[in-house]
Amino acid sequence: MNKKILSDTSEWTFELVERYNREIARVAAGFKLDTYPLQVEVITSEQMMDAYSSVGMPLGYSHWSFGKQFLATEQRYRRGYMGLAYEIVINSNPCIAYLMEENTMMMQALVIAHAGYGHNSFFKNNYLFTTWTSADAIIDYLLFAKNYVAECEERYGIQAVEAILDSCHAIMNYGVDRYKRPPKLSIQKEIARQKERETYMQSQLNELWRTIPHKEEVSEQTGDRYPTEPQENLLYFIEKNAPLLEPWQRELVRIVRKVAQYFYPQRQTQVMNEGWATFWHYTILNQMYDEGLLSDGFMIEFLQSHTNVVAQPTFDSKFYSGINPYALGFAMMSDIKRMCQEPTAEDHKWFPDIAGSDWLQALDFAMRNFKDESFIAQYLSPKIIRDFKLFGVLDDDRRNELEIAVIHNDEGYQAIRQNLSDQYNIGNNEPNIQVYNIDRRGDRSLTLRHVQFNRRPLADSVPEVLKHVARLWGFKVKLETVKDDGSVELTSQVEPQK
Amino acid sequence: MAQIIDRRLNGKNKSAVNRQRFLKRYSEQIRKSVSDAIAGRSITDIEQGESVSIPAKDISEPTFRHGTGGKRQTIYSGNKEFTPGDKIPRPSGQAGGKGGKASNSGEGMDDFVFQLSKEEFLEFFFEDLALPNLVKTKLATIQDFKTVRAGHSPNGVPTNIHIVQSMRGALARRIALRGPYHKKITDLEKELAGLSLIPEADEEHKEKIRAEIKSLRAKAARIPFIDPFDLRYYNRIAQPKPTTQAVMFCLMDISGSMDQNKKDIAKRFFILLYLFLKRTYEKIDIVFISHHTIAKEVTEDEFFYSRETGGTVVSSALRLMDDIMKEKYASSDWNIYAAQASDGDNWNDDSPICRNLLTENIMPYLQYFAYIEITTENPQNLWREYLKVKDDCANFAMQRIETVGDIYPVFRELFKKQLV
Repeated sequence: MNKKILSDTSEWTFELVERYNREIARVAAGFKLDTYPLQVEVITSEQMMDAYSSVGMPLGYSHWSFGKQFLATEQRYRRGYMGLAYEIVINSNPCIAYLMEENTMMMQALVIAHAGYGHNSFFKNNYLFTTWTSADAIIDYLLFAKNYVAECEERYGIQAVEAILDSCHAIMNYGVDRYKRPPKLSIQKEIARQKERETYMQSQLNELWRTIPHKEEVSEQTGDRYPTEPQENLLYFIEKNAPLLEPWQRELVRIVRKVAQYFYPQRQTQVMNEGWATFWHYTILNQMYDEGLLSDGFMIEFLQSHTNVVAQPTFDSKFYSGINPYALGFAMMSDIKRMCQEPTAEDHKWFPDIAGSDWLQALDFAMRNFKDESFIAQYLSPKIIRDFKLFGVLDDDRRNELEIAVIHNDEGYQAIRQNLSDQYNIGNNEPNIQVYNIDRRGDRSLTLRHVQFNRRPLADSVPEVLKHVARLWGFKVKLETVKDDGSVELTSQVEPQK
Repeated sequence: MAQIIDRRLNGKNKSAVNRQRFLKRYSEQIRKSVSDAIAGRSITDIEQGESVSIPAKDISEPTFRHGTGGKRQTIYSGNKEFTPGDKIPRPSGQAGGKGGKASNSGEGMDDFVFQLSKEEFLEFFFEDLALPNLVKTKLATIQDFKTVRAGHSPNGVPTNIHIVQSMRGALARRIALRGPYHKKITDLEKELAGLSLIPEADEEHKEKIRAEIKSLRAKAARIPFIDPFDLRYYNRIAQPKPTTQAVMFCLMDISGSMDQNKKDIAKRFFILLYLFLKRTYEKIDIVFISHHTIAKEVTEDEFFYSRETGGTVVSSALRLMDDIMKEKYASSDWNIYAAQASDGDNWNDDSPICRNLLTENIMPYLQYFAYIEITTENPQNLWREYLKVKDDCANFAMQRIETVGDIYPVFRELFKKQLV
């Protein structure tokens, strides 16, 4: 038996976790991974389900929808439909990674490498995360939010608070800024400024809604809109402009908006983030095996889990549920390494910059500067397209049949790459809905505009969502649809319920 | 360097609040589910959680999404035989292509199914029966425990400190820790004594030894008189209260006039009695006796779901019960309870016989007999005869009920007695 082997049982102990972590940290540092300090927390499966259902927030405010999530998770877990995820990792400083006590030593090592060093370094260095989230402040902010919501519930009743949160959740995806850097907030400032904001905003609103009788005759002609430019952040617009919201309700809107903003980068970097973490757990553990630290049994167990994670079912399989982000991400990251180390003629043609260069630098650059959409547009190589046998299907409701538009051949590479990249563009996936106008002099109605893309209609959940918007806005809400040809049509309108 | 923290001892029910909110929000639907479940369950396993299913559309959280239609091009993996330009028929069901967006929520249009815990299930069950809170708590408390002393433990609250044991430990520790110092001091003193006999001894060396003795003494003196380590506490563990066994007789008329609805009401009644007994007794036997003109001992399934035609002779059931009691449940070992459900019909001449059987043979051995008459019509002779029994025996309760909500009064007496 090799003396260097860290352990040869599947049981884990705190000492072992520590030893593995030390080795993993050493190997990761050897690969120049730049991480936040790591905090590993051992939890039970019930606690894991708790963490799950609060969508990965270590401290969530109370809301029934998290309870629903919890029940669904519990049910699936009990029936064995799913194992609990190996990993939940919190983008905070220090970075918190959860280990489940039921897992074997191999799993714990895998999770430490995957989450504790893979995801962790991604959180710290990817431009979206550094621009949009403040890892230092998030725990404090969530705590503030939790306490604030609880306080509101005490003062105004659970139902009133729940109603506002329900409505905010309905348009949560429309609560993110895409082009502004949110200021870093410390918790003290947040509390101090919240009071200030309450009074200030209320005074501003009065200004906005002041009606001045003697100007009535001009109002018809001017036709100036408010806002002058369409606004894409619905929650922000409502927070700042909704006439009837109480200050505490505005603060709730703001809390949901902040949380949405915090998760926004995660939604945009699934493939990259998972690919990066998977690539690193694979590379780190293999390196440790090469150094003689891991036993053969460990490796076999590890490879089995790893292969399960990166399996990509084909489109006609019953397990198919879209492209597996772990599989695609891992393949692309590994492919970049391959192109650096053993470039083919094709790689030299497609990727002259990275073919034959230093792989650590090439990967590091890719991790820092892209999101899924641009990452795929930049790095999806013909080899991956062939390996995955990717093909594009054109679905046009004006035609009776689907058409195979492109496949993995010379003519198709470019198109597939572009197409797949678009598929990960949140802007294309979510309907483009913006605040277009409010009728300041009339019935104070709020007009939203949906700009159609490729004639794709909205799902029939629209009236329900509009009811929520109307609850926040306090007056009538209209939804207009701008067709591909530029014509505008009023598709739906909802009066607020008294 | 990474920190490793054991969080397992932190509360696991962080989601409990959210879970309760969810249940409250959809209590309507859940209550219906629970009520269905009770109808389909056996009495003895009433105390379990339950899978509850709610239509997913009732609880969905709406968001702006793309519907089906329009033009879209989607990338799939695993091409086998397609070449560009191939036309394939649109798969039915989902117009917008396979997989992908339509089922993004992961739930699709199926029902939302989840598990109610035992406590939650009973909560809904009791709500349906309109039980007062006091009774609810009585029924819902799990087993009673008695705390008994069990040695000593190093952890506990200050009030439980075992002083003698703690001091004993402290003494032992002091002796153990001082030992080495004392030994050294004795050795050094010996050496010093030896040196003082030799006149040319080096004064400096002696001084050194004296200093060392002094420092050792000081060290020994610094050993604390008592240390948190010494503390011992009384250890108490919970032991289940000793309980005895009971048998519960369920008697029911299954003649044609008892329809399924009445039987369901009867079932609730039996369940309630069973739950009550479950609190008090560890082991409970249930005997089901169904009767029309003749009585027989049956399984639970037959009891609730078989139907016979013909007349009704209640005494047949009482006679059979008496026989079974004598044969199997000699009353010194068993607490006997009986519950009878009927619609009040009985052969006229039979009712006085019933009364005799009860007062003479059965009631003396019984803890409690509860009779419910599920009917809206006027009382018949069985009711009148039973009224007489009630006058004679304190442990006899009877009640006429129309809906499940009326069941509770029957139990009031029983609970009153138990609570004193």
